[in-house]
Amino acid sequence: MSTVTQQAGPAVPAGPARPLSERRPLGDRTFQIIALASGLLVLVILVLIAVSTTQQSSSWFTTEGWGIFGKTWNPAANQFGALAFIYGTAITSVIALVMAVPVSVGIALLLTEVVPYRWARPIVYVIDLLAVVPSVVWGLWGILVFAPWIQHIYSDIGSAVKGVPVLGALFGPPTSGPSFFTAGIILAFMITPIITSLSREVIATVPAIDKEGAYALGATRMEMITGAVWPHSKGGITGAVLLGLGRAMGETIAAALVIGSSAQITSHLFAPGYNMPAVIANQFGEATGEFRAALIGLGVLLFAFTIIINVIARAIVGRSAEQGTA
Amino acid sequence: MEQPEQNIATGLQQPEPAAQIQAPPVAEPQAPAAPQPQMMPSDSGDLVFDVEKVSCYYSAFRAVTDVSLSIHENEITAFIGPSGCGKTTVLRTLNRMNDLVPGARVEGDIRYRGASLYGKDVSPIAVRRRIGMVFQKPNPFPKSIYDNVAYGPRINGERNKRKLDEIVEHSLQQAALWDEVKDRLNKSGLGLSGGQAQRLCIARTLAVEPDVVLMDEPCSALDPIATGRIEDLMREIKSRYTIVIVTHNMQQATRVSDRTAFYSVLRNEESDTRTGVLVEYGRTQQIFEDPHDERTKAYVTGRMG
Amino acid sequence: MAAITEPQLGPNLQEPTGWRRSKNRIATVLMVLSFVLVIIPLVFVLYTVIAKGISIISWQFLTSPIPPQVAPADEGGIGPAVLGTIEITAIAALMAVPLGILGAIYLNEYGGKGVLARLIGFFSDVMTGVPSIVMGLFLFSIWVLHFGFSGFAGALALACLMLPIVIRSTDEMLKLVPNPLREGSYALGATKARVTITVVLPAAIGGIVSGALLAIARAAGETAPLLFTILTVTAANPNVFSGANTAIPSQIFANATSPYPGAQGRAWGAALTLIAIAFVLMIVARFITARFTRYSR
Repeated sequence: MSTVTQQAGPAVPAGPARPLSERRPLGDRTFQIIALASGLLVLVILVLIAVSTTQQSSSWFTTEGWGIFGKTWNPAANQFGALAFIYGTAITSVIALVMAVPVSVGIALLLTEVVPYRWARPIVYVIDLLAVVPSVVWGLWGILVFAPWIQHIYSDIGSAVKGVPVLGALFGPPTSGPSFFTAGIILAFMITPIITSLSREVIATVPAIDKEGAYALGATRMEMITGAVWPHSKGGITGAVLLGLGRAMGETIAAALVIGSSAQITSHLFAPGYNMPAVIANQFGEATGEFRAALIGLGVLLFAFTIIINVIARAIVGRSAEQGTA
Repeated sequence: MEQPEQNIATGLQQPEPAAQIQAPPVAEPQAPAAPQPQMMPSDSGDLVFDVEKVSCYYSAFRAVTDVSLSIHENEITAFIGPSGCGKTTVLRTLNRMNDLVPGARVEGDIRYRGASLYGKDVSPIAVRRRIGMVFQKPNPFPKSIYDNVAYGPRINGERNKRKLDEIVEHSLQQAALWDEVKDRLNKSGLGLSGGQAQRLCIARTLAVEPDVVLMDEPCSALDPIATGRIEDLMREIKSRYTIVIVTHNMQQATRVSDRTAFYSVLRNEESDTRTGVLVEYGRTQQIFEDPHDERTKAYVTGRMG
Repeated sequence: MAAITEPQLGPNLQEPTGWRRSKNRIATVLMVLSFVLVIIPLVFVLYTVIAKGISIISWQFLTSPIPPQVAPADEGGIGPAVLGTIEITAIAALMAVPLGILGAIYLNEYGGKGVLARLIGFFSDVMTGVPSIVMGLFLFSIWVLHFGFSGFAGALALACLMLPIVIRSTDEMLKLVPNPLREGSYALGATKARVTITVVLPAAIGGIVSGALLAIARAAGETAPLLFTILTVTAANPNVFSGANTAIPSQIFANATSPYPGAQGRAWGAALTLIAIAFVLMIVARFITARFTRYSR
């Protein structure tokens, strides 16, 4: 009967002849379980967030009922209607998007279609630098430098459009450095990197043959972009924009510092205002009982909104990436 | 004929009492019908592999149909044939590498030294420690040359530095690479030329002292000189290992192999599917000089002109 | 890809004229303008932080205790905050990075296209969009209310923020490891765990580490999660596991609304420190990516 190995070299044993039938080694199985558990942690944490914060804020929901969307927020009088903050979140996010989206998409197109490869790297570095500035530094600069400076511009514009029908309502007095608009601008700076980088990824999945086809018909670059790039990427870019929206809604510290901390619902964009994350950050320190429950409840609303937006956004981005490469 | 409880050759615990027990070489029965390839009487050495009516599936797709052959010890067996005829698929069933492909399935029986390779309790890990594989494109690990070769012994539990040094040197010598790299064992394996990298991969495979070495077109990514060195290597180590090689190069098959299996593609006109079949299998000299099957003849003469 | 302008022989091969050309030009200008629009605030912020912070920063600043807000800028420093940031971020990283890597290993090596893996991957991405303030409130609800404020609670919150980021970036890196490397390892009789630990991870380690560094840079700059977990104080607290603590971003936030120029000056110094940390981590991450990612010939 032949042996398993015939050695001509030094008698180096290959270990005892192991049976071909080995049960799967314990270490292998353990490792798989640990890896699985780590992955599951994500789902577990998300569920825990939802459960624990809702639990802590349940008194606000049950006491106010639909009054959580009320206009009056007066902790001293035990009134916790959050409409002003929801309004503020919506306004600042919209302002941020209006400014950030064209710029971000423009840069994304610049990087993918216009700029030669060598120049792309430094531009990406700049965007990364923008992304790495912490929120609190934006806030510090915003409140100490930017807001005082822009206040003059606001008041100039304000007095100029005072009384004019629509413009007056939007941009007329009262004006203040820390305001909805200032928060919107700073948020725009902060969400640009994420919209840019995601748009880039999306545009990169446009098949080269489509682009070449457009050029082969004698299209200019802009025409190629509208004809070949846009149809493929508009879904994905929408997703990227939604993600930017989610970021803008949740961004806390910069907003808390420059939004003006004044709970009011007004059309005047240059006026001070408040939004959900900002009020939570600013007032949590002194909050107890139902006040605190209300603030945590605002957090629950924020969580719900951003999860929904992120789920939709990721679904769109995922789907359009698949279609693009089909 | 012994009745061992544990098969010494493979160390396999007999799972079923009625299982076949490894017997000394037996005369192979002559194959029955025409579509079946000719079976050769085994006239030298033991049977390492006994492949019986094996079909391979990738999900619903039948890649290979009804292959039966046997691989003999200390011989080089070549699988040749046109592209897409399943030679690599069959090769990969011999060390259960196809297990890694989702949806891959094997029907039929493959016996390795008498024990069923796809039996219920068989561990693919243990299989691969005995049946090594060299791939078409050299795939050295991004580690040092030393660590590449020492990888196998290390995962087998060898920790002794001096023993590892011996194994590394011995393996690299068998692979005819030692002289070229002995002064730079610490350099990355990625820095070698194609031919050197492939020899490194061979050394890596030999370092675990396998029983069988499977080679999937090992020279197709290499230049003729590197190819020649690897062929020399194969002839050199054949006395210690059993080698099965898939090759596109018929001259290579004639140069190095003792037996050759010729595969081809069977096209089903109705369902417009293709599947690989084993057409003929025999001693290399016979296959190339006196092929029995028309298709074999067409293939080997067509190419050699 | 501009059209070729040939001398006037035969067909007219000049660039499209008029409206098409202007539209193209305008579009290009707008795109470049977008980039400029982005550089301007970046330059301003960096310039301001550096200008205002550079005179404050010194070794003494980084190690001195935190003075009352009225104190002038050259007095005291942010020592406790630096200590807090280092400890809290380190613990957060120690939790999030290994777990994140393991999670990515599950996604890439074990989960494949299965439902669970796709679910985990999808919600990992979704989780990166959870606002950091929500993480803070979460840890407040689930930990602080039972165990009190501590640096550790803050570390947990930061770890929750980092986890999905590390999972995603590690997953990308693992995907890049070529399959022939895995096959070579399997063919030598390695188990899947062995293949992953001894071949796949080492091959991807450059990208993994750099991704982790970027996640750490992000975590170090976060303020909101800490607001609800460490209860910003001014005294140094080396014990991360009990008692309130402070961190650099928390101090900046506290000082930003202060009327006192001294406090504001310290805020700028702290801001410069924070940016410097983030910057250094970013550069090291790039360097590692450039030098240590090479998988095949």
